[in-house]
Amino acid sequence: MTESATKHETILTVKDLTTSFKINNKFYKAISDIDMKIKRDEILAIVGESGCGKSTLVNSIMGLQDPSETKITGEIDFEGQDLTKISEADYNKIRGAKIGMIFQDPLSALNPLKRIEDQIEEVLICHTDMSKQERRARVLELLDQVGIVDPKRTAHQFPHQLSGGMRQRIVIAIAIACKPDFIIADEPTTALDVTIQAQILDLLKDIQKENHSSIILITHDLGVVAETADYVHVMYAGKIVEKGNVDQVFNNPQHPYTRSLLKSIPQVDSESDELYVIEGSVPSLQNMPATGDAFAPRIPWILASDHEENPSMHKLGHGHEVRCTCYQDFYFKEESDA
Amino acid sequence: MWKTILRRVLIMIPELIVLSILVFLLAKAMPGDPFSGSINPKTSPAQLHRLMAANGLFDPWYVQYWHWVVNLFHGKLGMSYEYQMPVINLIKQRGLNTLWLATFTMILTYAIGLPLGIFAGKHEGKWQDTIIRVFNYITMSVPFFVVLVIGIWIFGYALGWFPTSGSISPNANGMGETILSRLGHIILPGLLGALFGTVNIVQYLRSQVIDAKHSAFVKTAVAKGVPEKDIYRHHIFRNSLLPIAAFAGYSITGLLAGSIFTEMIFSYPGMGQLFLNAVNYRDYTVITTLVLLYGFLNLMGTLISDIVLSIVDPRIRVE
Ligand SMILES: Nc1ncnc2c1ncn2[C@@H]1O[C@H](COP(=O)(O)OP(=O)(O)OP(=O)(O)O)[C@@H](O)[C@H]1O
Ligand code: SF4
Ligand SMILES: [Mg+2]
Repeated sequence: MTESATKHETILTVKDLTTSFKINNKFYKAISDIDMKIKRDEILAIVGESGCGKSTLVNSIMGLQDPSETKITGEIDFEGQDLTKISEADYNKIRGAKIGMIFQDPLSALNPLKRIEDQIEEVLICHTDMSKQERRARVLELLDQVGIVDPKRTAHQFPHQLSGGMRQRIVIAIAIACKPDFIIADEPTTALDVTIQAQILDLLKDIQKENHSSIILITHDLGVVAETADYVHVMYAGKIVEKGNVDQVFNNPQHPYTRSLLKSIPQVDSESDELYVIEGSVPSLQNMPATGDAFAPRIPWILASDHEENPSMHKLGHGHEVRCTCYQDFYFKEESDA
Repeated sequence: MWKTILRRVLIMIPELIVLSILVFLLAKAMPGDPFSGSINPKTSPAQLHRLMAANGLFDPWYVQYWHWVVNLFHGKLGMSYEYQMPVINLIKQRGLNTLWLATFTMILTYAIGLPLGIFAGKHEGKWQDTIIRVFNYITMSVPFFVVLVIGIWIFGYALGWFPTSGSISPNANGMGETILSRLGHIILPGLLGALFGTVNIVQYLRSQVIDAKHSAFVKTAVAKGVPEKDIYRHHIFRNSLLPIAAFAGYSITGLLAGSIFTEMIFSYPGMGQLFLNAVNYRDYTVITTLVLLYGFLNLMGTLISDIVLSIVDPRIRVE
């Protein structure tokens, strides 16, 4: 395959995905109405407040939820296979080999009683027919690639002997061991120091460029998005409320939630040092309103008649999409006071 | 690794000294004297006094203690006043019987406890788990000696499947018969003891397996594409069983305590029975030696467990 041919190839298409969890014998939707696409060589960021369903979305793609407690409907199309319908055995051929995943908490993501080399080697055992020697060599190569200074030494160590940043590098090494086309990183830097965060993000970007892979990057940090991603999906209460490239979403945000979110981060050039705080919080699964927009209660100054009953996605052109039409009438509370 | 072991062994020395002093003083503080009960009633108080003086019973405690420690190291543990034989021989004989029973109980405990605990954890919340937990709660809520009494009554007297006293049949001849007879005598007490001992193992293992199942590192393993059965083998069971290996040492305490009940009810001539008798007859030399031995075995058990734990769990090794 040539570079240009692979460039715009779609790797993953999610259609009308809904994931519900069983709580006290009833199923509640954690995410719904999810449509998304990710192309090769692209970094897609998913942002949104805690509890809005970001992890649920990627765990559903990866098939990590307990099937007896979870109901998934819709389609997850990955390289021609619908992941919602394949067997566990087929899933295991994809997980770790074609999709790599990096988790939020590198402290608990590694088995405390196994040596680093064994934990990296395991993924090679599952997906390659390398000999023991080849695997060991590959482990050292991977450790080197993720920026471990003394691969031989680290390979023999146990997780508790490494710093948080190093452990996250190990988790990344596991994720990229089989050169997957697609990497999911669920808040890979949240648990790390600021300086380490930047290093880890740079590492991810380098890996992405080198392998021409695609990355879904979940983060709370809008600064990270602006720096790293090509596209952004903004999620609120289990739904995608705005999609677009970084420029569109950051410089021309439409959805009231996106606008609130952007307003709530500290601005370097801002005159006032008061931060905007979004009223209220994300409703829990059981308290999710059955109809209407879940964000409406958090902007109470907007008249009920201004809200769409069940807001759907609207195309604004050039790939920019927003849920609801009444974004046109949205204003911030202070603006009305002024 | 060696540092951890060495440090652990060094910690044990002051523990042993304190233990021995305590044991010695406790025995001294027991009411009564070893002669009044067993000696010819016609012995005059003056004679008794002389007898006690000859045995060093009027020396200051630290002198007595010192003599006792020195003798201990020479294997001279004194005579049992009750059995009229050297304590060392008595304990060798009885200890061997207890060793048989305790080892057998321990093996059974693990043989029953490990699979049950793993099984319950794996099927958390399902009917298999419920059955095991109900069984566990019942065993936990019934006192041990009740289990023993009911057990010996049903299987010993009513059904007559097992002998109800002794450690070996007097008319067993030859190696084979001896071993069989010994086994026959320990099966029922061992089984009942194990039944009781499994409770802890099952509970501990079950919660370990459940914790591991929901742990982030297992999620990592799923994301690696590791098949479920390998995840159970290499991550969940492995991580849960390794610390269990250390339990063997800790469980020595429970085994010894349990053996006192078991041996009493089964009239099994082991250390537990010897201990109870010694207390009854104020057989000081036997009491002190046994309590010390029990204490020592407990400390050893903890030592072994700590060492095993430091081998299987890299997090607690001293670098
Ligand atoms: N296994 C589960 N069972 C029940 N509810 C769940 C489960 N997993 C997630 N939830 C609920 O679904 C909602 C979305 O959770 P999710 O973890 O996807 O949020 P998130 O956006 O990743 O948040 P964070 O930024 O804190 O990681 C939350 O209300 C959460 O409590
Ligand atoms: S319907 Fe109302 S709450 Fe929902 S996005 Fe539109 S303005 Fe916001
Ligand atoms: Mg999350």
